[in-house]
Amino acid sequence: MIEVKGLVKLYGSKRAVDGVTFTVKRGEILGFLGPNGAGKSTTMKMITGFLQPTAGTAIVDGHDVTQDPVAVKRRIGYLPESAPAYGEMTVDEFLGFIAETRGFRSAEARTSQVNRAIGLTHLDPVRKQTIETLSKGYKQRVGFAQALLHDPPVLVLDEPTDGLDPNQKNEVRSLIKNMATEKAVILSTHILEEVEAICTRVIIISQGRVVVDETPAKFQARQPGARLDAIFRSLTQSDV
Amino acid sequence: MSQITPLFKREFLGYFRSPVGYVFLAVFLTASVILAFFVGGFFRSNTASLETLFNFYPWLFLFLIPAAGMRLWSEEKRTGTIELLFTLPVTTLQAVLGKYLAAWAFLALAILLSFPMAITVAYLGDPDWGVLISGYVGSILMAGAYLGVCSFMSALTKNQVISFVISLLACLILLFLGLSIFNNALSAVLPTWAVDLLANFSFSTHFAAFTKGIIDPKDVVYFLSLAGFSLFLNVVVLER
Repeated sequence: MIEVKGLVKLYGSKRAVDGVTFTVKRGEILGFLGPNGAGKSTTMKMITGFLQPTAGTAIVDGHDVTQDPVAVKRRIGYLPESAPAYGEMTVDEFLGFIAETRGFRSAEARTSQVNRAIGLTHLDPVRKQTIETLSKGYKQRVGFAQALLHDPPVLVLDEPTDGLDPNQKNEVRSLIKNMATEKAVILSTHILEEVEAICTRVIIISQGRVVVDETPAKFQARQPGARLDAIFRSLTQSDV
Repeated sequence: MSQITPLFKREFLGYFRSPVGYVFLAVFLTASVILAFFVGGFFRSNTASLETLFNFYPWLFLFLIPAAGMRLWSEEKRTGTIELLFTLPVTTLQAVLGKYLAAWAFLALAILLSFPMAITVAYLGDPDWGVLISGYVGSILMAGAYLGVCSFMSALTKNQVISFVISLLACLILLFLGLSIFNNALSAVLPTWAVDLLANFSFSTHFAAFTKGIIDPKDVVYFLSLAGFSLFLNVVVLER
């Protein structure tokens, strides 16, 4: 589903992403870990076609993001970090706008997609409120609803549980897990238990490179009995 | 082309989702009427025309169009919604055109709301409707050219104040090129042909004919190509 081939991003002379390669198959949930500034978000932005890679490419559902970015964007649901949205719109208006740009042109198709996304993310009580008046948890869910709206085969989620309380985190996790059977999902996170809870594979990025790419069980087996964050620390220490 | 429609709708309605649109319309109409009546001498001129109104438009636009255009791209950049916009299945050109056309339609609305002035003139005298219509056509075209420049400038920065100031400066230069005081000063250092060439790039030179009832294709082409070129640069800057 997602094939990332040698992605490189240069900012001036700094190599923010330095040859990242991996693949994600349908049904997989890939946990993307790494210290802040390791290149997680930059990699995700290149996969979704928001940033042009300096070198390398990503192929999403058979479409090369450097050749045909619009085709790739059609197939991805993307939740950017901190879930940006047009604050002056209500939840309904905003999701309606996303549905319309996603190609649901008739009023019925639009309403049914919006209702589905609102149902999945439990946004019903706030659908008539403007987004700027919502709490952080609701804003995050609006971003999530926006990413799920067109039922995409690929989901790229940049810190989907950021800003949610423990109950909401759980809910989002089970939502992702339920959907993942027929989708390929990449999610970045700082919460190591999250990886343990839902991911089928874990990738750790440090200084723009992939340092670990294995199952969570294998990752734990690196230091049996140790806490995950201890293993994480020993692998990414060079970043600090 | 159809992808432009949802972007246009969102942007145009966006002016009315916050006080911005209403404040702008109120200020624009009040300022243009005050200028026409008290500075331009609408009644004293004793002619059945709106020349006293239109004559101030290049100056009024100089301040108000950067105010309307400053948020076009800089706000998207500051709030991060640009990431959302460019991971939807739209090309940069479609996004630039959708937003630009919406803002232009909004400005056209502001200009056309001065129509009661035309009705007043028709009630008091017997105006030449051809001249009135050509004045409106010229005003809307000139607003389009100003707005193109402002849209480009706002793509350069995420700070709306900087966006406003550089838009104002760019428009000021384009306006001043046609003023005789400015040109006399220039002709001291530049050969006459160069001064004439520069004067040809001015808003005021091309707008003057419209207010006299002459729709010269040269002037139409000037305004449209200035807008087109600015939007081309706008796309280039966003794709960089």
